[in-house]
Amino acid sequence: MTDFTDSAGLEIRELRVTFDGFTAVDGVDLDVRPGDLRFLIGPNGAGKTTLVDAVTGLVRATGSVRFAGADLLGRSVHRIARSGIGRTFQTAAVFEELTVLQNLDIAAGAGRGALTMLRRRRGVPESVARALETVGLTGLADSPAGTLAHGQKQWLEIGMLLVQDVRLLLLDEPVAGMSQDERQATGELLQRISGERTVVVIEHDMDFMRSFARSVSVLHAGRVLSEGTVAEVQADPRVQEVYLGHTRTEDTSAAVPGPTAVQEA
Amino acid sequence: MTTTTPLAPKAGRLPGGRRRFTAARPAAGFVAAALVLFAVAPLALSDFRLGLLAKYLCTAIVAVGICLAWGRGGLLTLGQGVFFGLGGYAMAMHLKIADAGPGHVPDFMQLYGTATELPWWWRPFANPVFAIAATVLLPMAVAAILGSFIFRRRVKGAYFAILSQALAAAFAIWLVGQQATTGGTNGLTDIQGFFGYDLNDPVNQRMVYFVIAAVLLLLIALARQLMHSRYGELLVAVRDSEERVRFLGYDPANVKLVAYVVAAGMAGLAGALFVPAVGIISPALVGIVPSIELVIGAAVGGRASLTGAVLGAIGVAWARTALSEEFPAAWTYFQGLLFIVALAFLPGGLASLAAIVKRRRRNQGLSGDTA
Repeated sequence: MTDFTDSAGLEIRELRVTFDGFTAVDGVDLDVRPGDLRFLIGPNGAGKTTLVDAVTGLVRATGSVRFAGADLLGRSVHRIARSGIGRTFQTAAVFEELTVLQNLDIAAGAGRGALTMLRRRRGVPESVARALETVGLTGLADSPAGTLAHGQKQWLEIGMLLVQDVRLLLLDEPVAGMSQDERQATGELLQRISGERTVVVIEHDMDFMRSFARSVSVLHAGRVLSEGTVAEVQADPRVQEVYLGHTRTEDTSAAVPGPTAVQEA
Repeated sequence: MTTTTPLAPKAGRLPGGRRRFTAARPAAGFVAAALVLFAVAPLALSDFRLGLLAKYLCTAIVAVGICLAWGRGGLLTLGQGVFFGLGGYAMAMHLKIADAGPGHVPDFMQLYGTATELPWWWRPFANPVFAIAATVLLPMAVAAILGSFIFRRRVKGAYFAILSQALAAAFAIWLVGQQATTGGTNGLTDIQGFFGYDLNDPVNQRMVYFVIAAVLLLLIALARQLMHSRYGELLVAVRDSEERVRFLGYDPANVKLVAYVVAAGMAGLAGALFVPAVGIISPALVGIVPSIELVIGAAVGGRASLTGAVLGAIGVAWARTALSEEFPAAWTYFQGLLFIVALAFLPGGLASLAAIVKRRRRNQGLSGDTA
């Protein structure tokens, strides 16, 4: 295990992202401790994905994003990735024509020299074998990634982040479209991964969040509305207001992180 | 939906154990190709037909590069004529200087220009080593410079193809404009010797054919190695999802650049070999139309398959000779049609036909069983 100093935490200050006059992220301050399993929740359009886009260099932002002591803003996407930050997308983005093994091998190889690149892959690198084991895809290693079920693709993506050896995983709705069993398995997987690494999950599924989050940040209209443990956030009247305001027509007990849920948990 | 939970990894065969297939079959194919090229074709074909085959093999060499850059890298290289031309002109310049002999300038310069000595940029090509190296390195250098601009600015897809076309057009137009030093529209023609060998001698023509066939096989082996290396896997990943590769910490621009530069080098070598085989290089061989023709062969045969691309290139080049003799006007239309049909209905080219038929048959077999 790695020795955890403050250097592997994420520190965001005054982050602002503007698209053509529309401010998607409006002065966000966010601290994620090393080894945390942080959930980012909030209504649609709250700026969750944009926040992750800004951290990973996909969109321009102002303010400061520090990870492992280095400032990330203004760096190119692949350099940020090399500094130990990995992400997934709402729709699984695996290389469909390559096998599971090839997908993982590519993820493991950003630091490879030219000579290694020009040779064939022989056998399975140890980190890849370990990741296959962790995400439970060992038996499917030689299958084309395109033939995997939806949930398996998401696990493959998480496996790719593991072999990439990122210290911060940013996952955008990893359990969307998964069955209950798959959600449970994914949640347990995330709990195992965090601790050793820092994990940030964007999620809409409140049950999933309640079951697995170690800490929660609620985003609303581009700002951090509330932050704390699941119980603290659920007790926050501002959070209840935002969720009630947006989900009036829905069954509130399911969509709102309300007091009933606290009792459940 | 099958659920393999992350908690309970399914016991199964160990990964990475499928190399048994990949080793034996291509080796057999390679030996068969060598037999056809080195034994069957020289025995079966007349000198004239063998000369034509040599010309077709040059297009096949370009197709090997296209297969890598387009088939695996997704770069629709519609401007390979530029690199073919650079290699061809580099070779032809040297051969023209050698033909003229020491102290003389090539024939066309005496005709068009008042030049009594070689232009400064011709002079290094008098050295055979420089000229041969330049046929490969010049196209690669040009591709490296162009590519690093193009890929860093994230020009891709149709824009890349159009840009490539524009470059081919510009290059051809420039060549035409420099009549005094490039031979203009006529190009560099009437090449007599090839490093001391008389090209009018059928024996030497055969030798040129053998050199071309050997280079083709060598480059196929090289491209195969590249495609099956880790780099080859990464190249496919870049083709299919460039953005995702970036998030894994790679710069896709560099990955594409390598394929583009290698393809350019191959096209340059093909151009260089084309010159002794056919005896001419001209703007008409390097502009837009020939550039498209080079791609059509790979598209019809199967751009992602080396065998498909090479056979497609030879086949289309052969059909062009055969059909344009009969119907000179219709060939261009037929060729365009072929391109569109291949891309629209058979994107994997003829090489994918076997797999498609096999899948159909299996599906039919399955439905037959259940019925």
